[in-house]
Amino acid sequence: MFLMKKIIKHYLFFIIAAIASIIIFILNAELGRRAFETTVYSLQEMLIVIPPIFVLLGLLDVWVPKETMVKFMGENSGIKGIILAIIAGSVAAGPLYGAFPVSAVFLKKGASLRNVFIFIGAWSTTKIPMFLFEYPGLGPRFAVTRLLVDIPGIIIIGFVLAACMKERDRKLINEKIMESTEK
Amino acid sequence: MIFIIFTYALAVIFLLFSFIKDRKKTKTGLKKAWKAFENILPQFLGIIVLVGILMAFLDPETISGLIGQSSGWVGTILAGLVGAVTLIPGFIAFPTAALLLKNDAGYMQIGAFVSSLMMVGVATFPVEKKYFGFKASLLRNIFALGFSFIVAFVLGWVCSL
Repeated sequence: MFLMKKIIKHYLFFIIAAIASIIIFILNAELGRRAFETTVYSLQEMLIVIPPIFVLLGLLDVWVPKETMVKFMGENSGIKGIILAIIAGSVAAGPLYGAFPVSAVFLKKGASLRNVFIFIGAWSTTKIPMFLFEYPGLGPRFAVTRLLVDIPGIIIIGFVLAACMKERDRKLINEKIMESTEK
Repeated sequence: MIFIIFTYALAVIFLLFSFIKDRKKTKTGLKKAWKAFENILPQFLGIIVLVGILMAFLDPETISGLIGQSSGWVGTILAGLVGAVTLIPGFIAFPTAALLLKNDAGYMQIGAFVSSLMMVGVATFPVEKKYFGFKASLLRNIFALGFSFIVAFVLGWVCSL
């Protein structure tokens, strides 16, 4: 019974979303079918793209010592940390939600919050795979301009976001990170 | 596609190295990878179903109707908001954006759409919150949306030169 409750609590968001899509299907079969198709498509995408990301983060977790992470991406890593964060975020393939578990390992190992926010920014927007679709699709002027605006943009957002995080917020993030990696 | 292969190649190479160097450590690493995945799987599944629902309402024609017809700041803001709630992979998003362009949508609107599509994640908010808490996640998304309008403005200007 306790286990059942725990599972339901764990999967509550999924259960609600699934019930909602069933209701949509009952009300409008065409809309429901489209929702189902997209869901299947995204599920395939997740199953294909996500596994190597998690393998890499698992290996990162066991092999990279804390001191190394602190040195390269910690509070006092300076420009080096920023550049590394941008490169790490830009080369990976995968949807935005894949960036968060990786961020958790970075933070746990001692990367600064600022660099992790920059990493998320890079993952979301300066990704090289994306650029390769954007360049032919929307033209060089569009793609290059966006990249040139985005790089300073994600750095500034990283700095401002980190500055907004009070001691209490940082503590909360730490707790959440530990929960997600240790449990 | 090539980048997915790249990510796999990277994972396999590191895995092999790791295995040769230390079997036990590799096993721990893989266990940790699985734990991390298992922890977030419910949220991932929730997002995937939610995105299905959202995209059923916001199919490419609807998006193009919303963005293509309205111009100026209203159109830009609308494009940014549509981008914020949608979650489509880049290889679909950019052809869609290119189609928008053919249908006479402005660069500013498309810029807002593409930028907020990539940076703002309303649908992925539950995952983000699980790692960063409510405040950090909310602020990041607000900043990203605001920044998307700056990007849109610059793109509108540069592409009209």
